[in-house]
Parts: sequence; C-alpha cells; structure tokens
Amino acid sequence: MSNLLTTKQMAEFTASGCLFFDSLISDEINIKFLEDIGHTEFDNIDINKHFENIKLTSSIPRIKAGTPLSKSYSESSPLNKIFNNDVLKGAINSLVGSKCMIDHHFLHLTFPTKYFDTNNSRQMSQPNHQDSTIDPRKTFDIQVFYFPTDVTKDMGGTRYIPGTHLRIVNDTGIARYQNILGQKHIVCKAGTVGIFHHGLWHGAGINFSDHIRYMFKIRLAPTEKQELLWDPEKKYTPLSNRALFWTEENTDITVNDILIKKYPWEDDTHRLEIINRIKMWRLLTGDTDLDIDYWMTRVENEQY
Amino acid sequence: MSNLRQKVLVLYLKMPTLESEVIAWATYDGTGKNLHMAGDSNAPPYPTGLDALLDGWRLFQASQSIPEQPGKEFRTSYLKYEFFFEKIENAEN
Repeated sequence: MSNLLTTKQMAEFTASGCLFFDSLISDEINIKFLEDIGHTEFDNIDINKHFENIKLTSSIPRIKAGTPLSKSYSESSPLNKIFNNDVLKGAINSLVGSKCMIDHHFLHLTFPTKYFDTNNSRQMSQPNHQDSTIDPRKTFDIQVFYFPTDVTKDMGGTRYIPGTHLRIVNDTGIARYQNILGQKHIVCKAGTVGIFHHGLWHGAGINFSDHIRYMFKIRLAPTEKQELLWDPEKKYTPLSNRALFWTEENTDITVNDILIKKYPWEDDTHRLEIINRIKMWRLLTGDTDLDIDYWMTRVENEQY
Repeated sequence: MSNLRQKVLVLYLKMPTLESEVIAWATYDGTGKNLHMAGDSNAPPYPTGLDALLDGWRLFQASQSIPEQPGKEFRTSYLKYEFFFEKIENAEN
C-alpha cells in the first residue's frame, strides 16, 4: 500500500491548490534523470541540439494523451522510479486515483541570462496563467512538477499563487496581474516535487543564474470519481457546527480551519472562496450536505 | 516629437473603493527607464489606491460593478476592482 495523503493534506490541497514534498526523490534518481536527458553545463551546449537530443535519446517517451500513467514509462527509466516513489504514488492515488491517465508531459527548460545576451533578445518572465483553457468542471486534474536540480532564488523557480485554483478564468486572461499579494516563488532542493490543482495560477520566473533550470511537468486526469480516494475505510465524518463569531478555546488547527484559510490576495470574495472550497470538499468526501460554519446552509435554506 | 511619455499603474483593490488595500498590481513604463514584468516584486507599490493618488498618479479608468449571472452567483473569476492610473514623465530625465 502506498502512502495515501492524510485528511489534513487533502484539506490543504482543497484550500491552497497545491502540496509540496521537499527532496522527495533521491539524488541517485535525480542524477540518472539528468544523465538521461543529456544535461550538461550551459556553456557546452547548443540549445537547439540539446532539445533535439532530449527528444531523440532520452527515455522521456512520446505518450498519446489518455494513456494510463501505469503504462507510460519503461521499467528501467528514471521517470518510472519517480512515479513509483511511495509518497508520490500515494499522493497521486489520493487525488486522481490509481487508474489516472496522462494528459501530457513536458520537460520545461528556463535559460540563463547569457542565452538572451547572445541572442540579443529581451529576457522576460512568463506571465501568470492558468492551464490550459477555461475549465468549469467539478472534476479536477493535477499537475506534478518535478525539479531534478536545486532551484536557487536567482534561478526564477515557478511562481504560484496559493488559493487561486477555483477561479474560472481563461489561460493568460490573468496576465495583466504582474504581481499578486501572497505570490510564492519555488526555491527548493533537488528531487522536490510539487502537485498543483490544474487551475492554480502560476508562471515561470527569470533565470538569473548561470545554469539551465529544469522542471518536468506531467498533467494527470482521473478516470473515476475523486471521492474518498485517500480514505480506503470511507470513514470521513465532518466536524459539527460551531457558534459563529465566538473564539474557540481549543487552538488546535482543524480540517475546517485549513479549509477556510484566507490568502493575502483575496478581496471581498473570500466568503465565495470558502463556498467553492466547501463544494469541492463535498465532492471529495461524498457528503453532499456537509457544511463549514454555516456558509452553505444559510444560502441553501430556501423555503419557497 | 515630445519626450513626454505615459507611465501606467494598474492596481487591484480589495473593494471597489479607492481607500481599500492593494492586492495585485502592474506597471508599464513608457519612458523606457524601467522594465516591469510578472513576479518582479512581492510588495505592492502603495498600500491603497488613495495612496497612489496622494503620490501624484491620475486615475483614468475604474472597473464597473457588474451583477453576478443568475445561477452563477458563487463563481469567482478575474479580480474585480481594477483601477488604471497614469503619470506623464519626460523620457530623457
């Protein structure tokens, strides 16, 4: 049995739209992954040849959309070892199920400043965007981000804005928001893996270092309802109502506290964010009457 | 041709009123002195929209209040309270 997520981790994903696992993949596998893609220092490579070599010689296969993840990577490949990591496998199974399928995968490369200097082109960060088109579903996909090397601050790691994943927007329709209060920039050790809800707003930063930044991304879609996949005993019980606007004596952080967390960028729609998270939590738990702090009950109490 | 150029500041506020806090921002500098882009600052240029006015920015557009679509009242989407400001500056100074 792989390590399934805890209920609090599921609540954190529901609220923030992301989870991180620092240094999850071993150095041995990270090195194999880099060797496999033909990684070398920037000064020694021709960018176009590097791309061609990755396509021609690496074990990153051309995978048709809709292929089951379990049948996508050859047994000896670094990617197969990565996706068989107990913790990552458990997280994937908890969120999109063990029968999930691949939408697409892609090795993202962010080049250092000297690449733009030699090409006399303007080095810009990637605008904020949401993958991939406007998507009003209740079902969600996940995107796994794997960083095979250390990502230092000057390497411009992926920027993301926790809590934005339930907003229905179209792709780069959010690009005018250059900066958003509470935005994060990934700085991590080699082998770190992040899992994003498909709707999470994000963009690549500028790489001011001397090294290429790599990020392997894979989008996974469920083939089943995402209901209590993390809880094989199907025993989730919602917390009971609290007295509203009274301070609780118990200071333990509950699942409900995680679910109603406020993020710095939220405007006067914070209560709508809570309602949308409760709707997602109802789907995840299978409890269609579940509520937190009366937000849904109040607006569903229709007598006419 | 005049050397005067437009600088544009876009602020997104917590509420539709200018004295509310800035939650997102963008700057476009027509003088060419500064190149702004996504992710280039984590702290807002002003605490509120009113502070931008106090510093000499001129407001030239504000978003309208649009009722939610029936049946989609709880849907959230783009940031709602968008304000465009400008300053005219000499590109050569």
